[in-house]
Amino acid sequence: MSQTREVAVVGIHEYPLRVAPGVSALQIKAESASKALADAGLSWQDVDAVYDNGQNQNIGGLSISEYFGFKPRLIDVTSVGGTSYEFQAHHAATMIAAGKANVAVLTYGSTAHSNRVAIGTAGATGQGAPTPFNNMEDSWGMTGIAGYGMVKARHMHQYGTTNEQFAEISVATRYHAMRNPEAVKAMTDLEFVGVNEITVQDVVDSRMIAWPLHLLECCMVSDGGGAVVIASKDVVKNTKKKPVWIIGGGEATKYRENGGDITVSAGAQSGPVAFADAGVTPSEIDVLMAYDSFSITVMLMIEDLGFCKKGEGGDYVSSGILKFDQSGGPALNTDGGGLSSNHPGERGIFCILEATRQMRGESTSQVDNAKLAVAVGNGGQLGARHATSPIILAAD
Amino acid sequence: MTMRPQPRFPEPDTQPFWDATKEKKLIYQTCDDCPEVIFYPRAHCTKCGSLNNTWNDSKGLGTVYTFSVVMQSRHPAFKDIGPYAVAYVDLDEGFRIMTNVINVDDPVNDIKIGMRVKLAWLDQGEGEIALPMFEPA
Ligand SMILES: [Zn+2]
Repeated sequence: MSQTREVAVVGIHEYPLRVAPGVSALQIKAESASKALADAGLSWQDVDAVYDNGQNQNIGGLSISEYFGFKPRLIDVTSVGGTSYEFQAHHAATMIAAGKANVAVLTYGSTAHSNRVAIGTAGATGQGAPTPFNNMEDSWGMTGIAGYGMVKARHMHQYGTTNEQFAEISVATRYHAMRNPEAVKAMTDLEFVGVNEITVQDVVDSRMIAWPLHLLECCMVSDGGGAVVIASKDVVKNTKKKPVWIIGGGEATKYRENGGDITVSAGAQSGPVAFADAGVTPSEIDVLMAYDSFSITVMLMIEDLGFCKKGEGGDYVSSGILKFDQSGGPALNTDGGGLSSNHPGERGIFCILEATRQMRGESTSQVDNAKLAVAVGNGGQLGARHATSPIILAAD
Repeated sequence: MTMRPQPRFPEPDTQPFWDATKEKKLIYQTCDDCPEVIFYPRAHCTKCGSLNNTWNDSKGLGTVYTFSVVMQSRHPAFKDIGPYAVAYVDLDEGFRIMTNVINVDDPVNDIKIGMRVKLAWLDQGEGEIALPMFEPA
């Protein structure tokens, strides 16, 4: 793709509610698709490619196409947890550039909050077919949060990173959330204790959930969803808003390995690929939308994508550069992130949505003259098995 | 007290591992065609794809690679036992296992990354599997 303007994000929609009783995940997806197409100035009939995580239907890409009423000539059901949408955007950009389709729709919908889905604290469910993964993990009371806690603990041990440094990620993210009315409503509706800006001290004083992760380092569990419309440069001529070009992407997975380094994420593999693809470097990036399931996830994305050296993320995030109105590094999670705005289970799509808003000049924490953004998702369980995909977006 | 989640079968990759725990044996595989230690158990080598491997007995001695202390679990088997440590332990034979580090007063302060630990079995009933756990060596 290297800096060529072949494929663009042309329409977006973020479902505004985080507490949405009475609607289904499928309805959130369809409403978001409809509004994202309207945002693009395209019609329902223009869609010829469907990208989906395959989770809301019995037959994956088939029944979702039927539900929407689309007649796609391309279907892709890539499901790698919360970063599925970066993988899908990368696939859509590649296939559209190859002439296989013109208008792709990616959607996400979840009612995790209303269904009381325990994303981080439930541990094993004992449901579904037996698998070797579950058989070698569930008996020890492993919870989702503890998996991330193990990575944070090792990072602190290996590099001397402090709780106060990790807290900077939460502080900057909340700073942005307080400027985003939808995030403020989210925190209010989800009954956050203190819908206000927070300090490093607030974070380290907050309740321990799974040592060494504190409450204010953990994402919310919301309802929500959204949609992204991706189109070819020929279609772009007729769309309503400024296109936001997809100029690079990378994909990788990483697993627990004997003797492996748990502090290095799959981003160390996919990051350099994406930057080489785009022909840009981390120092040129204005906005970093990094999947913040937990503070540690962001720390690893910052290091492994090359914004600083491995192990130096603590100093990097403490230098006051993460806020949108500070210079010296990319603005982080300017919508308020999964920590303080939106996390219904798979946040990756929101990283693309806010990166697009920044490239259009539409963010509530708009970075002046922003030209380049990275949306990087992290799916699965950071400490066990995960996937990391960055995509790089450029303003028109 | 509610039972912890148990391994479930049929699941042929990990069945031999769990059968061995009934005799308090911690076993792991090595590849016959390359130097790889295979863990968690699988019928193939994750390094070279070989289908030939050998089961070995571990001495059950290792080092804490990392851990987290769960303060809050909604699972009925864990919600009343107080804070407990989930850990990866690197066995001396070269494999990394998910486990609990037990028999400490205060998991947050008494467990250290790099600490030596030894195997301690948690029985799950007469004639049933036992869970390999670790305690300070
Ligand atoms: Zn081998």
